[in-house]
Amino acid sequence: MNLREQPGPYFGEFGGRFVPESLVEALDELSAEYEKAKVDHQFLDELDRLGRSYIGRPSLLTEVPRFARLAGSVRVFLKREDLNHTGSHKINNVIGQALLTKRIGKSRVIAETGAGQHGVATATAAALFGLDCTIYMGEVDTERQALNVARMKLLGAQVVAVKTGSRTLKDAINDAMRDWVTNVSTTNYIFGTVAGPHPFPAMVRDFQKIIGEEARAQMLAVTGSLPDAVAACVGGGSNAIGIFDAFLDDEPVALFGFEAGGEGIDTPRHAATISKGRPGVLHGARSYLLQDEDGQTIESHSISAGLDYPGVGPEHAWLSDIKRVKYSAITDSAAMNAMKALSQTEGIIPAIESAHALAGVLDLGKTLPAGSNILVCLSGRGDKDMETAGNWFNFLEQK
Amino acid sequence: MTPKDKVESVSETLDKLRETGTGALIGYLPIGFPNLSQSIEAAITLAESGISAIEFGIPYSDPVMDGPIIQRAAQASLDAGLKLKQVFEAVSAVKQATEIPVLLMSYWNPILQFGVERFCEQLASVGGSGIITPDLIPDDAAAWIAASNNSGLDRIFLAAPSSTAQRLAMITKQSRGFVYAVSTMGTTGVRSELDQAARELVARLREVGAERICVGLGISTREQVREVLNYADGAIVGSALVAALEADGVSGLRERAMSLVDGIRLG
Ligand SMILES: Cc1ncc(COP(=O)(O)O)c(C=O)c1O
Repeated sequence: MNLREQPGPYFGEFGGRFVPESLVEALDELSAEYEKAKVDHQFLDELDRLGRSYIGRPSLLTEVPRFARLAGSVRVFLKREDLNHTGSHKINNVIGQALLTKRIGKSRVIAETGAGQHGVATATAAALFGLDCTIYMGEVDTERQALNVARMKLLGAQVVAVKTGSRTLKDAINDAMRDWVTNVSTTNYIFGTVAGPHPFPAMVRDFQKIIGEEARAQMLAVTGSLPDAVAACVGGGSNAIGIFDAFLDDEPVALFGFEAGGEGIDTPRHAATISKGRPGVLHGARSYLLQDEDGQTIESHSISAGLDYPGVGPEHAWLSDIKRVKYSAITDSAAMNAMKALSQTEGIIPAIESAHALAGVLDLGKTLPAGSNILVCLSGRGDKDMETAGNWFNFLEQK
Repeated sequence: MTPKDKVESVSETLDKLRETGTGALIGYLPIGFPNLSQSIEAAITLAESGISAIEFGIPYSDPVMDGPIIQRAAQASLDAGLKLKQVFEAVSAVKQATEIPVLLMSYWNPILQFGVERFCEQLASVGGSGIITPDLIPDDAAAWIAASNNSGLDRIFLAAPSSTAQRLAMITKQSRGFVYAVSTMGTTGVRSELDQAARELVARLREVGAERICVGLGISTREQVREVLNYADGAIVGSALVAALEADGVSGLRERAMSLVDGIRLG
C-alpha cells in the first residue's frame, strides 16, 4: 500500500470534521483553494522562492559524532530546522498558509501557540504579507515563553493570554476557534500542527514534508543510503510527519515518534497522547486523546510548552495503529539531559521539544546494530527555553 | 405511568404552539450548575414559568461554540464533580415533574465515549426527546443518525448564515424535530441587537423545505423573542438564563424566564 499522500479527511478511522456548522464554509473554501494551489505552478514557485530567500531552505544536515558516542555505536544526523528563520520548522507551514490567505483574499489571520514558535512564525508572515494578526496563547505559556510574547508584539501582532481551562495550548485553540467562528468572513485561521479538522492535517503535512524530502536526498548524498531510523518529537505532530512523510513508503526505514512523558507516564502529569490516550474527538478531529471516562479532556503536562497538548494529529493515530511508526514517551528530565548533552558535545542548543527526540535517540542507538544511521528532526532552537533551562539546571539566580 | 408515556415530541409541541398563533420558547441550562439538584430545580422552574421546552446542556471541557457565561457555568459544573451518568438522573427528574419536552445539548466526545447506541437508549428510556449537537455535522454523523433512528430520538443539527443552500437542504433532511438556526456568526452569549442574518437564514431554510425552525444564539430579551417568533417556530435562550441563575439563583431565574415568556404571550 502507498502510505504517502493520504488526502484526508480520514486516515483510517481517524480525522474528519467535528466542527460547528458555522465553520464548514470556511473549511470548504480553504480545502478548495488548497487543492487548486497545490497544483498551481505559480503558487508552488512562490513557496519555493520564499523557502530559499526567506526561510533559509534547504536546511543543513549536520552529523553529530560527539553526541552519537553517547548513543552507542551509531551515526546521528540532525536535520537543522532550528536554523530556519524564526527558529523552528513552524515557519514552513505558516508561509504556505499565509500565501493561501492572500489567494483567498482575507485580511486577518489568527493562530494558537504553545511554545510561541508557531505564534512567532505567524506574526512574522503577517508582517511580511501585511496582514492583521491575533495570536492566542495560554496564560501559563505566556509566562514560561515570555521572550516569544515579546517577539510577537514587536512583529506587530496582538497577543491574547487565554485564561480558561488549563490555560495552555488546548485552551488557546478553543479561543482561536471561537474567534474564527465569529470573524470567519475576514479571517483565516493558520493552524499550527497536523491536528484539527480537514483540511488542516493533510495541508499542514504537505507544507512540512519538505523537511523529509530534503533530508532523504541529503542522507543519500552523504551516506549513500537511506537512514536506518528516523526520529522526531511529537506534539500535534507537524515536524514529525514532516520528516517521516518522505520515508513512509521506504519499508526498511524504521520511524520513531517521541511524545512528552512529563513526570512519567505512570503519573497523571504527562502529554503522552498515543502512549496513554484513547480515540476520541477534540478540536475538530477524531484521534487519540487524553480524556477521562466521560470524554472530558484531561490536562496534559510537559516541561516543553510545544508538546503540552492532550491531542495528536489523526495521521499519527493511524500510523500508530497500522504499526508503521512506533511512538513512545520521554520524561522531562530525560529531555533536559539530552538538551544539555547536545549543547555540550556539539555546541548546538536544541529546543526542549526537539530534545525529546534527542533523548529518544540516546536510548534507540543502544538497541540498533553498530554502524546504523539515525536521522533526527531538530525541530527548533533553544533560545526561547533559556529561562526554563536556567531554572532546571540552577544556572540562574533565584528570583 | 413510566416517563416514556409522558413524552410529547418536540415537533408536537412546536406544531401545537404554532396553531395557537404564538411560538415556542426553549430555555437552555447546563446540567450540574450550580450543582445537580439545583440544576434540576432550575429546569423545573423554567417549566413552571411557561417555557415550552428545555435544552439541558452536558458540560464539556472544551466548549468551542460557547461564550464566557456558559463556559463558566459548564466549568463550575465539572469542578463540582458532575458525571455523565448523572445526566440521565437529571432528565428523569425533570420529566417526572413536567410534561414539556427535554432535549440535551452535547458536544460529541462525551456521547462517543459513553457509546452512541447506549447513550441514546438510556436517554430515550428516561423520557429525553433528542439531542442538539453543536460540533457534529451530518457529514460525520453516521453513528448518531443510526442510533437516533433506532431509539426514536430527535436529531437537531445546526444551520448557519454561512451555510450554502446545498448544505441547508442536507441539514434539513437529516434533522428531525427542528432545525437549529444560528442567529449570527459567533458563540453563545447575550447580544443587544439580533442579526438580520437570522431572518434571512430562516427564509432560506423554508425554501429548502424545513418545516420547523428554532433560532438561537444571543437572544436575551422578550422583545427579541417576540421578533424571532414573527418568522421562526421557536426562540432559544441560553446565556441570559444562565446569567440570571448565576447572579440571583432560582428566584432570579424564575423572574427572567417569566419576563421572556411574555415575549411569546404577546407575540
Ligand atoms: C521547536 C518545536 N518543536 C516541536 C513542536 C511541536 O509541534 P509539532 O508536534 O506539531 O511539531 C513545537 C511546537 O511549538 C516547537 O516549537
